[in-house]
Amino acid sequence: MYYFRLFATYVRVGILGELEYRANFWINMIQSALDLGVALGGLAVVFSHTDTLGGWRPEELLALIGVYFLIGGLIRTIIRPSMTQFMEDVRQGTLDFTLTKPADSQVLVSIQRVEIWRLVDVLIALPVLGTALVRLGAQLGLIDTVVFGVTLLCGGLIIYSFWLMLSTCAFWFVKVENIQVIFMSMWQAGRWPVSIYPAWLRAVLTFLVPVAFATTVPASAVSGRITDANLYGTIALAVAMLLVSRWFWRVGIKFYSGASA
Amino acid sequence: MLAFYAIYKSYFRLALMEQFQYRVSMLIWLLGGIIEPLMYLVVWRTVAQQQGGAVGGYTENDFAVYYIAVMMVSHATFTWIMWEYVYRIRIGLFSVMLLKPIHPIHNDISYNVGYKFLTLVVMVPIAALLAWFFDASWQPTLWSLAAFVPALILAFLSRFYLEWGMAMVAFWTTRIDAMNQAYIVTTLFLSGKLAPLELFPQFVQVTANILPFRWMLAFPVEILLGRVTPIELLIGIGAQLFWLLAGYLFMQLIYRAGIKRYAAFGA
Repeated sequence: MYYFRLFATYVRVGILGELEYRANFWINMIQSALDLGVALGGLAVVFSHTDTLGGWRPEELLALIGVYFLIGGLIRTIIRPSMTQFMEDVRQGTLDFTLTKPADSQVLVSIQRVEIWRLVDVLIALPVLGTALVRLGAQLGLIDTVVFGVTLLCGGLIIYSFWLMLSTCAFWFVKVENIQVIFMSMWQAGRWPVSIYPAWLRAVLTFLVPVAFATTVPASAVSGRITDANLYGTIALAVAMLLVSRWFWRVGIKFYSGASA
Repeated sequence: MLAFYAIYKSYFRLALMEQFQYRVSMLIWLLGGIIEPLMYLVVWRTVAQQQGGAVGGYTENDFAVYYIAVMMVSHATFTWIMWEYVYRIRIGLFSVMLLKPIHPIHNDISYNVGYKFLTLVVMVPIAALLAWFFDASWQPTLWSLAAFVPALILAFLSRFYLEWGMAMVAFWTTRIDAMNQAYIVTTLFLSGKLAPLELFPQFVQVTANILPFRWMLAFPVEILLGRVTPIELLIGIGAQLFWLLAGYLFMQLIYRAGIKRYAAFGA
C-alpha cells in the first residue's frame, strides 16, 4: 500500500512536470498515431496478398499489435525514463540521494520518472486490442481472458527485470546507455509473431532479448494457440527473472560506493 | 575544384579519426538498420512460401536478395542530419561552422561518407551472412552492376540534399520529432522499404513514381535485381537527376532563408 502511494506521488510529479510542456502531448500523439499507421499499413499490405501469415489470421495479428503497443507504452512511460535517470544518477553520484530515502531502493529507482505523455501509446493500444478481442470474441472464453491477463503481466515483468538487470550493470560499467538502443532495435521485431522468424533469430528474440515473451506469448493466448508448457514456462521465467534481478540489484548496490567517495 | 579535393581529403581524414573513437556506439547504432529489413524479409518470405513460392512476381529468393540489397542501399544513402541540426543549433555548434569560409554541407557530406566507409567493414560481412542464412542466390549482370553505380551516387546525393534541406527547419523550430517521424513513415511506404512497390495497390505505385523517395531506394535496388529494362533505367536516371536538381535548389533556398533568421543561442 505504501509503495502504491509512493508510485501515485511520482505519477503526480510526472504530470505536474509535463503539464509545463503541453505541446508534447500532441507531438507524442502524432508520433504514436504514425507508428500505429505503419503497423496497420504493414498488415494491410501483407494481408492483401495472403489470408494468414505463418498460421496467424489478421485479427490475431491485430491483437499482437495491440499487445506490442501496450507493453511498448509501459516501457516508454515508466521503465525507460526511470532506468535512464538511474544510469545518469550512477554517473553523477546523485544516486546517494535515492539510497538515503527510507524506502526500498529498487522500487524507488524503478518508478522514479514517469513520462506521462508517453501513455498515449497505451491509449492507442486499447482500442486496437479491443477491436481484435471483439473480432476474436466468438471463441474467446473466460479462461482465455484470464490467461491473457496473466501472460501480459508476466511479459511486462520479464521486460522490467531484464531491463533492470542491464541497468544494474551501470554499477560496474558506468556507460551502458547503449544497451537501451540495442533493446529498442530488437523490440520492433516483436510486431510480428516470432514463430515466422528463422530458428537462430527466434532464439535471439526469446532468450537473449526476451521480446517474444512480452508480445507473441500474450497474443497467442487470445488466439488460442498457447500451450500449457508455454504458459507455465512464461510464469516460471517471470518469477525467476524477478528473483534474479532482485538478487543482482542487491549485489550491485553493495558494490556501489558513490561517485566521489 | 582542386581546392575542394584538398578540403574533402582533410575533412574525410578528420571524420575517420573522430568516428573511430566511438566504434562501439557506431556498431550499436547499425543494429536498427539491420533488424528492420531483416524483419520485412522474413515476413514477405513467409507470405511467398504460403502462396506457393512467389507473390507479385517475387519468389522467396527474390525477397531475400531484395531486402539484403535494401539494407545495403539504405545504409549507403541514409543521413542523420535531420536530428543533428537541432542539436547543433541548440548547443551553438552551428555558429562555429558558420565562421568557416565554406558551405557547411561539405563537412556533413564528408562525415557521412567517412562513416559509411568505416561501417562497410561490418555491413558487408553481415550482408554475406544473411545471404548465407537465407540461401540467397544472386546472379548480377555486368550492365546492371554498371548501371547501379551512377544510380546509387544519384540516390545518395539527392537524398542528402533533400534531408539536409529539411534539417534546416531547425532554424524555425527545434521540436522536429513529429515532422521527422512523418517523413520516415512516408519513405517507409513509398520507397520500397516496407514491401517492393509492385506489391502495393496501383495508386500507391503512381504516387511513388511521382515523389522522390522511390528513386532514392527502390530504383537502385531493382537495378541490382535486374528488374529494370534499359528504357526504365533511362527514365529512372532522368527522375533522379530531376530530384537532385530540385533537392539542390530546395536546400539552397531554405538555407539562405534560415541563415537570415539565425541568431546564436546565448548571444
